[in-house]
Amino acid sequence: MDILYKNLLAFSWQDIVMISIGCLLVFLAIRKNMEPSLLLPMGFGTILVNIPFSDALSGPIAELYNAGIANELFPLLLFIGIGAMIDFGPLLTNPKLMLFGAAAQFGIFFTLCMASVFFPTIDAASIAIIGAADGPTSIAVANTLGSKYVGAITVAAYSYMALVPIIQPPVIKYLTTRKERMIRMPYEQKSVSRLTRILFPIIITIVASAVIPQATALIGFLMFGNLIRECGVLDSLSETAQKVLANLITIFLGISVAYNMTSEQFLKLDTLLILGLGLIAFIVDTAGGVLFAKLINLVSKKKINPMIGAAGISAFPMSGRIVHKMALEEDPQNFLLMHSIGVNVSGQIASVIAGGIILNLFS
Amino acid sequence: MMNLLSGLLLSATPEVIPDLFFEPGNFIYNLKYMGIGMLVIFMVIGMIILAISLTNYLFSN
Repeated sequence: MDILYKNLLAFSWQDIVMISIGCLLVFLAIRKNMEPSLLLPMGFGTILVNIPFSDALSGPIAELYNAGIANELFPLLLFIGIGAMIDFGPLLTNPKLMLFGAAAQFGIFFTLCMASVFFPTIDAASIAIIGAADGPTSIAVANTLGSKYVGAITVAAYSYMALVPIIQPPVIKYLTTRKERMIRMPYEQKSVSRLTRILFPIIITIVASAVIPQATALIGFLMFGNLIRECGVLDSLSETAQKVLANLITIFLGISVAYNMTSEQFLKLDTLLILGLGLIAFIVDTAGGVLFAKLINLVSKKKINPMIGAAGISAFPMSGRIVHKMALEEDPQNFLLMHSIGVNVSGQIASVIAGGIILNLFS
Repeated sequence: MMNLLSGLLLSATPEVIPDLFFEPGNFIYNLKYMGIGMLVIFMVIGMIILAISLTNYLFSN
């Protein structure tokens, strides 16, 4: 009986708060369908690691963390699956859309400046990458830089990705007029040759890696996944990467990220600040994309609907769909989906490149 | 002598960076990274756009 009392009395209020946070993440995943594939394992992992004397923390979760997150293996393997899932066709038909993907990374660098007011540069750079709106990139960069806030950064990145439908529309509406939101952009259907689709991942890898060698692993694994998809001779591997590999890694990634979700590491003022800075990153990313599109409109004869700039944040495919939906709300005949998805996939590439730049500058 | 000893001890103590601080000047200092970062990202994307456009031109159906 003594042992029973000892175990029960070992619960501190911090443990109970963290277990409640874990339950909240599970609730949000199941009830609100917010990034369930990651928030559910992460939430359950949070419960596991905050039980006093838990053998899960020192045993399997620590082992998984060291095997897959401390060395960035899981995020990179997940990139193979993501690369295999993405169809870069809309981007290949109109490569200029990539400029919006670049502009929408502004939030990362703005947040870096903001975060450096409160945090050491390494942590500020890791926090800034929440603005990549890309979980694996955030985890990989924060880990490589050796930030102690990997847990909070991951929670912020995935939570805000799930909240993109709530965060982006007010920012877009605030920065655009109704007239601008109603600009129509006819989509010219162009065929893209198979050779171009095969060369695309190879070109991206060589160009991006040559300029930013620190981005080679991130961009290389993403593009490797895409090459498997597009080569046409590895259909079963492509299917495995898209489904089995991505799902398996997501389970391990989610539960092992919880290694950083102990009360000692999470229940601090720092965490609240990180969540606030992450939100700023998403807002400024969205604003950067929209304002860049408006800037292009000042000099271009062919008008662009500035809303597509907002799809340049990486959160794929939510961001592209939101822009399309907002255009339809203003004008039921305005179909922006192909443009917004093109910008959205370019955001995926640009965010990985931005991650590489951050690593290049600070590692 | 004491001053010398304490000076030596202080110099031997590793610099401890506090977890949180408030240094508004850091915002201005780090603006250069914003400039460099955005410049490099546009450069890389520009090179990729050129390469894709060329590939599209050469291998279009």
